[in-house]
Amino acid sequence: MSIDKDTARRVAHLARIRVEEDQLENLAGELSGILGFMEQLNEVDVDGVEPMTSVSPMDLKRRDDVVTDGNMQTQILSNAPDSREGFFAVPKVVE
Amino acid sequence: MSNLSKLTITEARDKMRAKDITSVELTQSCLDAIDAADALNAYCAKTPEIALTQAAAADARIAAGAAPDMCGIPLGIKDLFCTKGVQSQAGSNILAGFKPEYESTVTTNLWDAGAVMLGKLNMDEFAMGSSNETSAYGSVVSPWQREGSNTPLTPGGSSGGSAAAVAADLCLGATGTDTGGSIRQPAAFTGIVGVKPTYGRCSRWGVVAFASSLDQAGPMTKTVRDSAIMLEAMSGHDAKDSTSADFAVPNFEAMLTGDIKGKKIGIPKEYHLEGMPAEIEKFWADGADMLKSAGAEMVDVSLPHTKYALPAYYVLAPAEASSNLARYDGVRYGHRATLEAGDGIDEMYMRTRAEGFGAEVQRRVMIGTYVLSAGFYDAYYRRAQRVRTLIKKDFDDVFAAGVDAILTPATPSAAFGLGEMADADPIKMYLNDVFTVTVNLAGLPGVAVPTGLDAQNLPLGLQLIGRPWEEGDMLNIAYALEQSAGFSSKPNKWW
Repeated sequence: MSIDKDTARRVAHLARIRVEEDQLENLAGELSGILGFMEQLNEVDVDGVEPMTSVSPMDLKRRDDVVTDGNMQTQILSNAPDSREGFFAVPKVVE
Repeated sequence: MSNLSKLTITEARDKMRAKDITSVELTQSCLDAIDAADALNAYCAKTPEIALTQAAAADARIAAGAAPDMCGIPLGIKDLFCTKGVQSQAGSNILAGFKPEYESTVTTNLWDAGAVMLGKLNMDEFAMGSSNETSAYGSVVSPWQREGSNTPLTPGGSSGGSAAAVAADLCLGATGTDTGGSIRQPAAFTGIVGVKPTYGRCSRWGVVAFASSLDQAGPMTKTVRDSAIMLEAMSGHDAKDSTSADFAVPNFEAMLTGDIKGKKIGIPKEYHLEGMPAEIEKFWADGADMLKSAGAEMVDVSLPHTKYALPAYYVLAPAEASSNLARYDGVRYGHRATLEAGDGIDEMYMRTRAEGFGAEVQRRVMIGTYVLSAGFYDAYYRRAQRVRTLIKKDFDDVFAAGVDAILTPATPSAAFGLGEMADADPIKMYLNDVFTVTVNLAGLPGVAVPTGLDAQNLPLGLQLIGRPWEEGDMLNIAYALEQSAGFSSKPNKWW
């Protein structure tokens, strides 16, 4: 499966990573190379094989759906690049 | 400068208990060694005040009696672990300036046991790399050099700072993390011991996530016994990690009897790679002979899907990474790009991530995004998950046939030079993990043990793969191998 420039542009956008137009060709080539390596997986007969979702056969623990922690606004905002009046601040989202 | 930093954890523990040395003296020796080793670039943050405060507290605890084994032991901590109030950047510019408000469970366990933090250790960005060259802090230089050459070599990766620091006696032990081989490959490249525990043995809480179904923390130390001691202190169930196992943690050190009579050790035929250097083949055969002489029975085994482990890994790990790394968006922590007039939130995300992530991380996030995208999910991601099931079944079958552990080379070569792979295809770098990645996919424990030097005087290691939750038995076999190999070489100090 070879990736073309348009697909590379689309993937970069989905990943929310800005890639300059003149870099897309190069990116497409790199991604194609890696995907080519993955093509080997098509040789494996996986009929009837369950996809692995958990490597150790154990049930996830459950707990009561209650608040166990909180009231730490200062700590939560302490690493924010921009926070105002107790909120994370971001550029305008809605016009 | 005293030589105390050269001690093993075991020796230091015994000397502190016998009141021959104090943790403050030991810690100061490590701090001095660290300050004299900036050329290695192993530490990305030094925390001498924290270290000396913890050391003084450890001395008081030892004086009061009944202190844990790790009490007063100075350690380096991989930058992937969140440490409260101390920079934790995962080797990435996107986490520039990040100082967590919380402490990871593994480091909390270590500090509760009285261990001392010397600083944070350099690593490949987000643990994505096999040479420590993708770090925002720059490459780590291995303390090892080829005979008669001063070419700077890689310590391996991603836990390259951890490996270099232990090998150069800049700490007594270090934490590492292993998603595809990131503890075992650098341990092998630097002549130290590195353990990747069974998935779920160590809590992942507070460890910056790369690929959550594969990531495990583990110890990197000078000896197998030291790893046994340190692993016990790191391990244990944690309600904050839903995949952490609620099993009692054994006393691993007590299991190191060195008696491996009657143990069945498998040699997987698929690990004889085409084009593998004869030297590696010979080291592997020598290791098998050592275990045989110690009373183990060597058996040929087959792990038929080995060949598909790397391609499956390079679907699954980037897929999980693309999801985990979505959180770096310039909103809650770390770097945010400077915006231009009129830029909205999408531009903020895209500029921030382009500036903050290095090339390898960007490549893997995009591969992951692609294999998870509509129309390709079944062809890549779901297929890779099925292949993962088959890879695990290969191991299950071998263990069901009575095999106690599997012996393989740890790496397909000795350490290479920094920059030597710069122009290579990314796949060539990925091949470093060919012997280690199967273990992560199957969730098994693995350990790299140094067994000798190659023709250029560089260390080589062998890997033992254990049954799930049988780290103690695996470490005992590793201990027997270590005793037989008698590896005691250290790098010649040039830094």
